[in-house]
Amino acid sequence: MNRDRRGPSFYILAGLFAAFVLFLYGPIATIVILSFQGPRGGLTFPMNGFSFHWFHALFQAQMVGNFGDAITRSLILAVMVMAANVVISVAAGMAFRRRFTGSTVLFYLVIASLIVPSILVSLGIGLFFSQVGLDPAWYSSAFGAQLTWTMPFGLLIMFAVFNRFNKSWEEAARDLGASPWRSFREVVLPIILPGVIGIALFGFSLSYDEYPRTMMTAGDSNTLPLEIFAMTANVTTPVIYALGTLTTAFSAVVIMVAMTTMSIIRRRRLAKL
Amino acid sequence: MHPALDVELISVTKRYGSTAAVENISLRIPRGTYCCLLGPSGCGKTSTLRMIAGHETISEGDIIINGVNVSDLPPVKRGTAMMFQSYALFPHLNCIDNVAFGLKMRGVGKAERRARAGELLSMVQMEKYAERLPAQLSGGQQQRVALARALITRPKVLLLDEPLSALDPFLRGAMREELKRLQRELGISFIHVTHSQEEALALADLVVVMDHGVIVQSGAPREVFDTPATAFIARFMGGHNVITNGHGAFAVRADRCRIAPPTANEGLPGSICSIEYLGAVVKVGIATEAGGQIVALLPDDQFFAAPLMMGAPARLVWAPQDAHPVAA
Repeated sequence: MNRDRRGPSFYILAGLFAAFVLFLYGPIATIVILSFQGPRGGLTFPMNGFSFHWFHALFQAQMVGNFGDAITRSLILAVMVMAANVVISVAAGMAFRRRFTGSTVLFYLVIASLIVPSILVSLGIGLFFSQVGLDPAWYSSAFGAQLTWTMPFGLLIMFAVFNRFNKSWEEAARDLGASPWRSFREVVLPIILPGVIGIALFGFSLSYDEYPRTMMTAGDSNTLPLEIFAMTANVTTPVIYALGTLTTAFSAVVIMVAMTTMSIIRRRRLAKL
Repeated sequence: MHPALDVELISVTKRYGSTAAVENISLRIPRGTYCCLLGPSGCGKTSTLRMIAGHETISEGDIIINGVNVSDLPPVKRGTAMMFQSYALFPHLNCIDNVAFGLKMRGVGKAERRARAGELLSMVQMEKYAERLPAQLSGGQQQRVALARALITRPKVLLLDEPLSALDPFLRGAMREELKRLQRELGISFIHVTHSQEEALALADLVVVMDHGVIVQSGAPREVFDTPATAFIARFMGGHNVITNGHGAFAVRADRCRIAPPTANEGLPGSICSIEYLGAVVKVGIATEAGGQIVALLPDDQFFAAPLMMGAPARLVWAPQDAHPVAA
């Protein structure tokens, strides 16, 4: 007799998990499948043949919208947010290891922007720019608006990282003659690097698909999520699915590259044996 | 400034807010001394070590190392090196790069610093593990690497923060001998923080007992063990009975006590309340009529020649010259 037989709870939980996975990936799978719709196919099932027609159409001139420019803007913005997020979060994480006057207040101020509804942050920043007579643009006001979203995450990741960081590593570095900068460069940074890569990924992906905080702050030129949303109202062909498939694939590639990089770093350290 | 001293503390105080962790301590450590700072946790020994290292600022007073007032100098300019309690080896560097780190910071070229690091790893018998990461080493091996890393900058004084407390008892004994051997061979001063009196007695030329932020006694190990200055020290060093009579308190070593029959007209009366066989000695506890407990350590042959019974009345006796008055 098999004493390790699975009880009913296993099947209930497995069913629940399967439902969750379906809920999570079902819509993505639907869009990916529909993007290979035949040239005569519509926005819904059934599939009317199989083709790459809509991917091809994506790179032709569109009736409405301009993907190419929107993707370029979104990518540049995501890289800007990623870089700023890493620099600010790491510096802030280092600073918050000590209590300083106002540290608690500052911390809650930063975290508060996670609680304030995104659309209000967006609206506020948009209004502020017009008040002071500046034109909102994706590289200025939207950049700032997105940082209010990515920075708290970055800071919280740094807290978790430094929670497991042994302060005597730094003291040992200083003891052995490292300047503050070299102690950071040669000891702190390599040790916290996996966390820093995580912050970069967070910054990039949160920015790349951010809609509400960009809505009121992007000015005249749309980022990709704004462009897609604008198109859902007007575009009536599966070309929008093709776009969804491509951007999803792109995000997956970015994450895989990051994971591979991390595992290569890890393996190279072990390979020094 | 005294030329024959490695380290001198002059009225050093460390305050955190309004509480003093170390209060007005002065200490002279002659050249090439193995000095142990001994005391219970929170006595200020680690703060003292960290002030000598330069990892903690000094609130008041001065620290002189090798004739130079280093009170305001950064750690690297003090000629000290510290071995941290958890060893603090850099997890991302292999052993040889960990050991070479100090030379790298001093701008020594790669080939030269790796050669020197290799020499130091051999000194601590770790040359075979040069390419390993700290996570792949046992506690004892990590400690050897940490020792090599601290010594590569040729410090005049090596500071060790509870270096043996993370090791298992067998390893601790072996490392203890090795620390002493290294100190003798290098001829530099070691300042070693510990809460183990056994460690201090085994290693130190100079034992410094601390309590509540002050030095309560310092001297040669035998001096501290044989003639503890206070009841606290006698109890902390262990192996002592602290007895109070009409004239005040005195300490007498438990191994200098004997058990006499209740009819004897000397010593302290009571009844036997515990008997522990410890191998070479038998520890006999006596509950005194005053309500305290005192202990005699009897050689095993002596005990088994005339075994004692639990609950039997007895007297604890000692030779008058073995009783040392102590401050309460």
